[in-house]
Order: sequence, then structure tokens, then C-alpha cells
Amino acid sequence: MTQLTGPESTATAYGAVGDPVGPVSLTRHIGRPRRRDRGPVGLLAAAAAVAVVVILPLVFLLVEAQGAGLSNVAHLIWRPLTRQLLWNTVRLAVVVALLCAVIGTGTAWLVERTDLPGRKVWAVLVVVPLAIPDFVVSFGWASLSTSVEGFRGAVLVMTLAIYPLVYLPVASSLRNADPAQEEVARSLGAGRLRTFWRITLGQARVAIGGGCLLVVLVLLAEYGAFEILGYQTFTTEIFTEFNSFSVNVACALSLVLVAIGLVVLAAEASSRGRGRVSRSDPMAQRVTIRHHLGPWTVPALLALTALVGLALGVPVGSAIYWWVSGAQHVLQGVSMAGAAWHTAVYSACAAALSTVMAVPVAVLAVRHDGRLRHLLERSTYLVLAVPGLVIALSLSYFSSRYADDLWYQTAPMLVVAYAIMFFPLALVGVRASVAQAPRGLEDVARSLGQGRLVVLWRVTRPLVGPGLAAAFCLVFLSAVTELTATLILVPTGVQTLATQFWRYQQNLAYGQAAPFALVMIAVAAIPSYVLGRFFDRLPARAAAP
Amino acid sequence: MTETVTSGQIGDPSSLAGATATTGVTVTALYKAFGDHPVLAGVDLVVPEGSITAILGPSGSGKTTLLRLLAGFTHPDQGTITIGGRLVDGPGRHLRSQARQVGYVPQEGSLFPHLDVKANIGFGLPRSQRRKRVGELLETTELTELAGRYPHQLSGGQQQRVALARALAPNPSLVLLDEPFSSLDATLRSAVRMEVTHILRRAGTTTVIVTHDQDEALSMADQVAVLRHGQVAQAGPPRYVYDRPLDADLARFVGEANLLPGTIRSGRAHTVLGPLPLIDGPAMHAEGTTVVVLIRPEQIHVGAGQTGETTGTVTGHDYHGHDALVTIDTSQHNGTPGPAISIRCVGSDALTPGATVALRAAGPVMVWPAPTNSG
Repeated sequence: MTQLTGPESTATAYGAVGDPVGPVSLTRHIGRPRRRDRGPVGLLAAAAAVAVVVILPLVFLLVEAQGAGLSNVAHLIWRPLTRQLLWNTVRLAVVVALLCAVIGTGTAWLVERTDLPGRKVWAVLVVVPLAIPDFVVSFGWASLSTSVEGFRGAVLVMTLAIYPLVYLPVASSLRNADPAQEEVARSLGAGRLRTFWRITLGQARVAIGGGCLLVVLVLLAEYGAFEILGYQTFTTEIFTEFNSFSVNVACALSLVLVAIGLVVLAAEASSRGRGRVSRSDPMAQRVTIRHHLGPWTVPALLALTALVGLALGVPVGSAIYWWVSGAQHVLQGVSMAGAAWHTAVYSACAAALSTVMAVPVAVLAVRHDGRLRHLLERSTYLVLAVPGLVIALSLSYFSSRYADDLWYQTAPMLVVAYAIMFFPLALVGVRASVAQAPRGLEDVARSLGQGRLVVLWRVTRPLVGPGLAAAFCLVFLSAVTELTATLILVPTGVQTLATQFWRYQQNLAYGQAAPFALVMIAVAAIPSYVLGRFFDRLPARAAAP
Repeated sequence: MTETVTSGQIGDPSSLAGATATTGVTVTALYKAFGDHPVLAGVDLVVPEGSITAILGPSGSGKTTLLRLLAGFTHPDQGTITIGGRLVDGPGRHLRSQARQVGYVPQEGSLFPHLDVKANIGFGLPRSQRRKRVGELLETTELTELAGRYPHQLSGGQQQRVALARALAPNPSLVLLDEPFSSLDATLRSAVRMEVTHILRRAGTTTVIVTHDQDEALSMADQVAVLRHGQVAQAGPPRYVYDRPLDADLARFVGEANLLPGTIRSGRAHTVLGPLPLIDGPAMHAEGTTVVVLIRPEQIHVGAGQTGETTGTVTGHDYHGHDALVTIDTSQHNGTPGPAISIRCVGSDALTPGATVALRAAGPVMVWPAPTNSG
């Protein structure tokens, strides 16, 4: 699921920390008790329709499994292959999640809580690797050395590609946590280490858990990177089976994969419930205590330099190297402009669709209350546990079964698949932007004699607009770097940036693949920096009256 | 200063209400429930034209709901609302808020964050009038120098003034203020309150202000309506509500209250502080009735030690700078268990805990028949 590895990650990370399970605190009305208010029927119906569409792939998957026969599916699951895949997937998830937790938390602490020189530059540099699609990182390493392969290669590549998924939420929580807690701990006689262990890590606990959840979900969904490294996981195996027309096997394995995803999602949600991180008033002026690194300054700088060199320098350097050294073989392929055009059109349509779909759910979530709204909102987060590959397969089952292959490998189906895949991202962005325009402001505007449409134009639009644009960009950028579902659903005869890169790469035409990789990095990295800044500013803006 | 004090002098709510029922605001039998939870259970209220009425009530009493109904943001379940002689809510009728000409100042000010002060104030005005009217209001509210600022560049008090100017701009027939000062610092609050009252008086607009702060209600309003259990428990001029609360709970809610047991004898209420004249005249209470007597702390003075005064021991001293609330235990000196008595005094150096003082009460008092099971 490259959907979680692109520039979008900033928002995903924020979302996972505050969002999938509980409403973000900044969206709550302060001071006024929430009344039971289920919201207008039209809004509820629209939100319910969206929830149904988003859950649809999961339903199709179950229907397909039912069609294949339950005993047959059980038989397919109960094979040594499944056990091997499970072992491969679990050990990778555990090791990478641990490494990401250590690297991400350590880096966040260095940047947010010490007097490290050049903190602002580091804060950007350590996040940028997230903007590089995982399969490009993988390509960068594997094309340089054949020894980067298998389990160790997968651990190396994935850790370097996605540790920022832990860094971002932890840095944000350290930034917002009350530093006075550390002072209190020290005043109560706790030493430096004990304070770090009990207080600092305690404050970041929920964020670390949320980050690790994202890491594991990405690992479950990843296809391209592991294919290049020759490491077999559920996702690579499902892809292979699907390509060799073993639909039943692909379906059975998908069920297991989705089940693992749901278990991970549930485990994270329940661990979060066991404690809350108290945040001080976001408006309050605070002096952040920065620990003095002293003699540790040089080792810390060396460690960060090494990290950025490996995570950013190697993939980019490798792509530039192949690009400069030119094309040895000249393979047939579409032009860069043609691929970019198709990529842009599909991604823009998907971004628009997903943003529009997120609006009723977000409005319901932010402005209304009730059990139904919780159910609707949470059900849409289940899609986090469904890898893009499974969504693509599920939609292709659907078209072959019920629509006579009508939409299979057509642009609308690809767009719908993107829109469903990236729906949680769009929802995070749209929710944050709906929260920018509290209902009180619209009430005031109406009491000043303005009609509904005028209020929408003069008050709601200017307040919500930037956030909606950000949500659109998030989905757009994620779709640009999406590979797995695109490979399955892209219309016949069409190539996008990602699929053309993939074709060249598979045929070892590295010189031809490299420019596509560099374009994707450029497209993803620059706006993701801007988006990161946007989401960083959000809490303060939302808290302003 | 005895029986001559009659109801006319203190002010009768009926005189205020009757005259202007057609042009101010009239609310009759208003009901509103959220789910199974009734919030307003039959509110009746008359707001005279051009007056400031404070709706006073503890949190959860339905104040804000009443305000939102007046503004037209929600629909009442039952009852009617008339604003400026126009029926805006009633059976089969609901005038949308944008057509009501009601200015609304929410708790946090809720200025439009993307507009500067000028544009906020001019929001509800047609383009042609904007420049002139905004200029007037900037002047009235003394915001002219801040016209180009954005809301986040303003202090809390300035934001409230802009919110008020914005509400007043279209010349509404009614202005609603929802706890407008609760988010301000205590030091700022009374100053902003005075400014706002001044602006409202000059504009002469009928105003309803919702608050849980007694001082605020008593000092700003021409009429105070105390909301309790979803109904208006009492409404009247501030003095009237303060001096003649309908029952002991209301007495405590609108200010500090000494509630002493007493007996009616020869037209006076006899308490531990001696006989006191009755505020509503001697005719209302039968001889020998046991009553609860309301004596406000400022009605009790430190005596000179003459006969007939009650002595007590100071047990507490709550210093406020300008005055102090002193608690005095009277039981020891009289031999009978009596309640602690609070008095308000200025320059109270001598009244440190442990000191013995003589007390003298003055003025007519409010009494209610004592509850039968001496509770």
C-alpha cells in the first residue's frame, strides 16, 4: 500500500495519532456542552452511501470467498505456503517496526528536545525520505548491489523508507506535550534517564504506537519494493497468483492479509485506550526545555548525517547515477510526457472524488453526534487495513462477476480504486478543514441577514478552502506514486509514471527507469514539504477564536 | 425606613411588562427538548422595547437554548416568540434567522478569522451602506485605529467590541449576547462590561444577555429573569429580584444571603437580630407564623454595644480589598443555636477572628413561611 508512504504521510501520521478511533480534540467545541444531535437526514444518507462505497471492496472479497466455497478456501489457507508467508510477514513487521520506533523516536527527541545544531534543517531532511516511493528506494539499493536482497535487504530498505512514519507523530507529540511534566519529575527526584523513560517516552507512547501501526500497515501492503528484493510476503504472493489466474488462491490469501490488518488496527486501538496524553493549552506560551548535548553533539550529528545519507542520499544518488550513465538498452515505452499526463489525469480525478466523498462524513463527524455517526466514521477507517492490491483485486472480481468486465481496466475503475484507497487521507484533511469553520460562525453570519448560499460563499468557503485543497493534494500525490493497484487496473495500452518505471526496471533498463523515478520523487517531495507545513500549523489556527 | 417602604418604591415588574409588550420581545409557553431531555419547560418572558434584560441562570438551566431559539438557530417544540411586534415562531411558523433582524454576539465573539475588523463589522450590510455605517460603528466602539487588524491581532475585550459592533451594524430589532464576558480576565471584565453597556444604551436596541454571573446581571440589566429548571422562576428589575426573591433558593442565587428563622409578632419579623419591618407590609403574614427571614449582609451593621443588640464572635474573614465579608457566630452569646451570620463591612480591621462584636440589622426584610418539617 504505497498510499501510506508518499508525501501524504504527514497527514496520515497525524490522522493515526488522533483520528481513526477518537475525534481529534481540536475539533471539539470548547465550553459548550454537546447536545445530542444526529444531523439532518440528507447528510446522514450521504455519509452512509460513502461508507458503503468505501467498505465495498471488503464485501466483494467476502462474496468472492463465499463463491469459491468455504472449505476450498480453508484448504487453500491451511497450507505450508501460508505459514511461510505468515512467518515472512510477521518477522519483517516486528523487526522493521522496532527499528522504526527506535530511529523515529530517537530522531524526534534529538530534533525537538535537544540543542542540536541546525535543528530546523534536520527537521526537514529526516522527513523527506518518506516522499520517495518505497519501490524507488528499493530500486536504488538493489540496482547498486546484488547483496541487498531477501529478509535483510527488506529490513534495510523498508526501515530507511518509512521510519518517518514514527518520527512525524512522535515529534508532533513531543512538541505539544507539556514540558513542565519533565521539570516536575526532576523536582520529585527522578534522574535524567528515569525522567526520559517515565515521562518523555510516556508522553510519546500513543504517538509511537500510532506510528508503528502505520509502519506495519505499509509493510502488509507493500508489493514493488519486495518484488525487487525477491522477498516473498502475502502481497507479492497474491499478486503472483492473480497474474497466473489463480483467483481462488489470491482471494484466500487476501482474506488472511486483511484479517492480519484488522487485528493490527484493533490491537493499536485498544492499547491507545489505556491512557491519555494530556496536552496543555495549545495557545499557552511555553518555553521548551532543550537538553544540552555537550560532548554528544558530534556523535549525534554523525548519526543523523548517516541516516539521511542512507535514506535520502542513496536512492536519489543511485537514480541520478543511472540517469547520467544513460540507457544501455533502448526499450520501447511511452514518452515521459504521455505517462505524466495520464498519471496527472487519473490522480486529479481520484483526488476530487475522494475529497467530495469525505465531505459528508467529515461534516457529520465534526458537527454532529450520535452512535450512527461514530459507526459510519469508524467503518470508513477499516479501509486502512485493506491493502491497495486487495482493493484492486476486489474491484476486478466485481467487474468480471456482475458487470461483464465492463469497467475492468478502465479509467473510472482505477479512479474509484484510488478514491477508496486514499479515502482515510482525504478524510483526515477534510475533517481538519471542516473544523476550521465552526458552526457558530455560520450562525452569526445568518443572524446578520445572510442566506445559506451567501454564508457558504462568504464564510465557509474561505475558511474551508485551503484545507480542502490540502486534502486534494494529499490524495493526488499518493495516487501519483501508487504502483500496485495501478499495475492491475491501468487501462490497456496506457502507462503511468509508476507503471512505465516498473516496466523498465523489470527489464533491467535502469537508465530508462531512472528519469521516471526522479520525476516521481520531485513531484512528491516538494509539495509534501508544503503540505507538512500546512498540517503543522493546523492546531494553532484551529485554536484561534 | 420602616413600614413606609412599599412595593411601588422598589419597583413592580408588572409596570415594566405591560406597557411595551407589543414592540419588544414576547415569549409565551416556550418548550424545547433535546431527545428525552427537556431543556425549556414553558418559558414566559416579556422584554420591553429598548431595555436590557439579563437571563440569569446556573449552567444547564437552558439559557443558551433560549437564546438560540430567539435567534432562530433552532426550532421550538411549542410556544410562540414575537420580536418587534412580529410573530417569528409559533404554530406552523418559523422565521429563518437571516430574516429576523436579530444581532447575535456569541460567547467567544466568533469573529470571522479571514476578515479584518472593518469587513467583520460590515459583513451584514449591503455594499452601498457599508463604508458609512462601518465608520459610525468604529467610532461608537472606539475601534477606528484597529479597523485594518485581523481578529487574532486583537485582545479579548477588543474582539468583544468588534463582535458587538458587527451585531449592531444592520440596526437589528434585538441584540443577543451569550455570556459575552466569561472568556475575559477578571481585571478586564468589569471595564469591558461598562463599555458594552454604554454602547448598548446609546444604540437603544432591545437587548437580551445571558449570564450565570449575578453581578453582571444586576449591574447591566433593566430587568433580570432568573431561569430555573427550564422556566422563568422570577423576572423583574434588578433591585426587585435582589430584595424580593420569590423563595430562599432564588435569594441565595442572586446574592449573599442570611436566612434566619423568625416569628411574626405585631407586624414585624422577630429574629436573633431583633424585630425587623416586613418588605411586603404587615398585612401579608398572620400573627405568630414562623418564617424564614432574608437579611442581606449589607443590611447588618456593627453596633455600638447598645441594648437590644446581638453579640457574636467573628469566625471568618473573607477580605475583598474594597470590603470584606465577615462571618459571625451568634449562638454562644444567645444560648440558642443560631446560624452563622455574614455581614459586609468596609474598614473592618477590628473584625479579626475571635473578636466579639455587637450587631444591628436595618431595613425591611423579605420573609417566607418556614417549611413545615424544619429542614
